[in-house]
Amino acid sequence: MTDAQKNSGLAVETKDLIKVFGDNRAVDGVDLRVPVGSIYGVLGPNGAGKTTTINILSTLMSADGGTAKVFGHDVGREAHAVRQLIGLTGQNASVDETLTAGENLFIFGRLLGLSRSAARQRTTELLEEFNLVDVAKRPLGKFSGGMRRRLDLAASLIAQPPLIFLDEPTTGLDPRTRNQMWDTIRRLVKSGSTVLLTTQYLDEADQLADRIAVIDRGKVVAEGTTSELKASIGTATLQLSLADKVSVPAASQVIERVLGTKPTNPEQHMLAAPMADPEKITDLLDALRKADIHLQEVSVQKPTLDEVFLTLTGKPTRKETKQEGSV
Amino acid sequence: MDAENVAISANSRKLKKRASVVQAVHNSLTMAYRDLLKMRRTPEQFSDVTIQPILFPVMFTYIFGGAIAGNVHAYLPYIIPGMLAMSVVTTSQVTGTQLREDMDKGVFNRFRSLPIARIAPLAGALIADTLRYAIATFMTFLTGYVIGYRPGAGLGGVVAASLLTIVVAWAISWIFALIGVMARSSSSVQAIAFLVIFPLSFLSNAFVPVKTLPGWMQAFVKVNPISHLVSAARQLANYGTIGHDFWYCLLGAAVVVLIFAPLTVRAYMRRA
Repeated sequence: MTDAQKNSGLAVETKDLIKVFGDNRAVDGVDLRVPVGSIYGVLGPNGAGKTTTINILSTLMSADGGTAKVFGHDVGREAHAVRQLIGLTGQNASVDETLTAGENLFIFGRLLGLSRSAARQRTTELLEEFNLVDVAKRPLGKFSGGMRRRLDLAASLIAQPPLIFLDEPTTGLDPRTRNQMWDTIRRLVKSGSTVLLTTQYLDEADQLADRIAVIDRGKVVAEGTTSELKASIGTATLQLSLADKVSVPAASQVIERVLGTKPTNPEQHMLAAPMADPEKITDLLDALRKADIHLQEVSVQKPTLDEVFLTLTGKPTRKETKQEGSV
Repeated sequence: MDAENVAISANSRKLKKRASVVQAVHNSLTMAYRDLLKMRRTPEQFSDVTIQPILFPVMFTYIFGGAIAGNVHAYLPYIIPGMLAMSVVTTSQVTGTQLREDMDKGVFNRFRSLPIARIAPLAGALIADTLRYAIATFMTFLTGYVIGYRPGAGLGGVVAASLLTIVVAWAISWIFALIGVMARSSSSVQAIAFLVIFPLSFLSNAFVPVKTLPGWMQAFVKVNPISHLVSAARQLANYGTIGHDFWYCLLGAAVVVLIFAPLTVRAYMRRA
């Protein structure tokens, strides 16, 4: 590793990455720069090229063009070195169905060069950490989706890799399990790992990621910090329904003063204002009460992924069932 | 997160350029251990090396014994080494079907993303499968013993015949491993394997004396490698002698490995 690479501070860097399956350009010139120590979200609909990108970065697939580097190591030429730096949690649970959770972790530990006792110890640690002790001896056939994902994530952490790929970590999980998974991912970053995660949910990227790349049809259509991106795609809209339409002008003034933007007046007692910072809603409600303005209803409309894509690409997301190229 | 889970930074790691030979051996043994664990978890997979070597010798002995050898007892020294070759060669296709199944599963992606020797999953499967062959040979001889077979060359001959059969089956499993790597699904591996193994086992000297066959078939039976294995196993188990069939078998096994091991490894590495 040269000094320049060490100092670049990038865990992942791709330039003009290309992967073609037949006549489908699954990845079509993707540029990514993932800073060390961040959670980086790759957001896009099904078939956008997210999984293919992860597969190239985790050395499962070779690129047809462009370069991809992990901590300065080329994923094609220095695949073995890259594999020592990454942990992969794929979309399909990459664990052995016929073995137990404990056996899975033990075998991965042995493969990673741990001694018998070290592998056993690491297995115990991870089972505890991921709340799998009670089910450690059960075959995975009886595992719930959430348990399987947790085990999968645990398996990626055996070697304490500095970079972790999470390919749609919560797709198909119920809301409660999804929240648990989010907590786990947040803790991961505190431990010093860089996380590159893909998701179809704007909400998830928003919750977890420091920076987001929006990807569609194999291309990055927008990139930035969560707030930059939100600012560019139009943020949530606050809608106030007033108890009395007479107070509309007064309420407008209060909103302009607190939020800094002029509200629109789509209906008689309705006021709508873009809201960049949800924290300000308490200030606003407080100010409205002080001004003796009564509300009938308050609602916040978040932009959906479809709206985001519409804004960014001018086209709705592709409604297609075709999956990304499988391995 | 616990202190133990603190990630080790990229710069503080000493990265290896490639897996060493020692690591490759180590990884392969771990993969073999995994395959054995899986076998224990799914005992139904063992039916081809446990139930089949009981069922087939019993069936064939009592059905054909009288007709072919005059009586059941006289047929035993003939049929049991034949069944041995057939059972073990049949089971060698499992290497291919299992490999295909494994490669289609999510866990294989994890193996491919780990810094392990690429060859380990293939090598592990080939190592673990020798245990299957050992079980199949043991079960066949045990069944034979129970129904009255007393090998003329005693335990030593039986062990020698078993070892020879295991070596040959291991060599053949490289062919099925290649099919496994190239095929689309494990059921297509099974279909191809059946098409190869079924005619080869029956168009051999395993069940009936060759001279009872029509001339054109004799020509095939005489060159059929299974016939050589059966003859070599008979000589070892019944007379304790090493004939030219024994050397044909070893030579054939070596040739198969020399041809198919590089082909399989190359095809496998391209996909792994």
